[in-house]
Amino acid sequence: MKKRNVAIIGIGQTNFCSKRDDASIYDIVKEATDIALRDAGITREEIEAIVFPLAPDSLAGVLNSERWCVDSTSARNKRLIRINTGGSTGLSAVQVAYYHIASGMNNIVLVAGADKVGESGDVQIIMNKIWDPIYERKLPLTTINMLALSAIRYMHKYGMTETDMAKVVVKARNHASRNPHAHLRKKVTIDEVLKSRILSWPIKLFDSCPSSSGGAAMILASEDVAKKICIRPAWIRGIGQSTETYYLGDRMGTNALNDHADAYALSESFKRAYKMAGIVNPVKEVDVAELYNPFSNTEYHAIDAAGLCERGESIKLLGDGYFDIDGEVAVNPSGGTLCTNPIAVTGLIRAGEAALQVMHKAGDRQVKGAKVAIASANGGDHQFFATAVIGQDY
Amino acid sequence: MAIELQKITEKWDLTYNHAVGETASRYFYEIKENKQIFGKYCPSCKKVIVPPRSFCDSCFTDTTEWVKVANEGVIECATIICSPFKTLPDPPYALSYVKLDGADTAMGGYVKGIDLTNIDNAMNILKIGNRIKVIFKDDRQGNVLDYWFEPV
Repeated sequence: MKKRNVAIIGIGQTNFCSKRDDASIYDIVKEATDIALRDAGITREEIEAIVFPLAPDSLAGVLNSERWCVDSTSARNKRLIRINTGGSTGLSAVQVAYYHIASGMNNIVLVAGADKVGESGDVQIIMNKIWDPIYERKLPLTTINMLALSAIRYMHKYGMTETDMAKVVVKARNHASRNPHAHLRKKVTIDEVLKSRILSWPIKLFDSCPSSSGGAAMILASEDVAKKICIRPAWIRGIGQSTETYYLGDRMGTNALNDHADAYALSESFKRAYKMAGIVNPVKEVDVAELYNPFSNTEYHAIDAAGLCERGESIKLLGDGYFDIDGEVAVNPSGGTLCTNPIAVTGLIRAGEAALQVMHKAGDRQVKGAKVAIASANGGDHQFFATAVIGQDY
Repeated sequence: MAIELQKITEKWDLTYNHAVGETASRYFYEIKENKQIFGKYCPSCKKVIVPPRSFCDSCFTDTTEWVKVANEGVIECATIICSPFKTLPDPPYALSYVKLDGADTAMGGYVKGIDLTNIDNAMNILKIGNRIKVIFKDDRQGNVLDYWFEPV
């Protein structure tokens, strides 16, 4: 496909927290949009199309709130599409905005959304509903125990321990302490993580993402526009997406298609993004990785899937500081999903943080000399995996 | 004058009557009437899929024979839920995916009959590869709560 180059020229994030008692989704989407517009240096009139990430509706409790937020995103009289791929929605939305521009349909596209996970109070009741009513929903399945089961298999396959999981949290909070937008910013020790209450063994409270509220937005532009108005655009060099089968039980046993311990479809998704971006040696070529990690154990299989090491090797490397902000490849210098999870926009934040890094606008969490960053987001019952390669050059 | 920030409470109470389809209907019938668990065979992959589906999701071939699987198998993974979640049972309770002998895929269920007061000991009993058996409820309704697992 002959495509045009697409850049990210502006990013906006509100400061995430449990509850935004002062604002509705309608207000927060506008807030995030305004920040992104100021960052890009463009006006609402210049936006040609809007992509609205939102999944599922029932967290914020308003069905299809993209309609309510038509005003917040200045979508009147413009092309609008709402995207839903579960937790990976935010990054899928960035990909759809990319297609709008790459295809030549539009030159300036806004991606904007918000969530109020902390306002829901019934998050896991909602999450249980993602399973089919026939075989799975009557079981006490939640996103927490779904990924606890993955942790169990990863421990069995590669020897990961509870302490290894705690190390991910320590790193994440260290990084988040430098990020003014992050929800959980307080540093913790391995001991504090291990002593936090067990949710679903081995996942403990501190191994788990928070229920965050807030908004995020991004402005994408064509090459002509980006070069005219942006000092250092972040170029989307590659995007990938891949999908896993539905039944968890199929990803186990000796005849398993793909083991539930790993994130096979994520590695396929990365292969596609790398191919498009011309990345052949991820470890050497990637400086920063913003990898979706709602629970500490999931950072390991995400690092493996990004091809930053062999499967299971991530455990030792992380323990050695390889993935710290000043390590070989900085993984989640923003603190990641583990510190901030406003579900509808978490995937968007991954791409936004990756872009900020290569634009050298990441403030105290800037990775020195970052030129190439990758982003990933997961959705469904470990099923939808979106990836992107974002760089200083195209 | 500082105005108090208001909130509005909404509750959703929705009822659905989901059709489970022919395959699941037969699966639940065998469980309810005969305390037997059946999978369906994919002739192309030569796999027995449990719980059964009308087609194989690897190769999209229609599944053919109904194959009875054993009421015993191995733990593929298990976890113990220790924190309360609304509408879910009072913790602690255990959830496992089990591959019954004769099946090629694992199916989920509660695990009972384990002392969960010491989590480390309990997780040892729930180790991957340990044998486990199916126990059927007396008062069966024809759904996945008609059975659970207990260690052998």
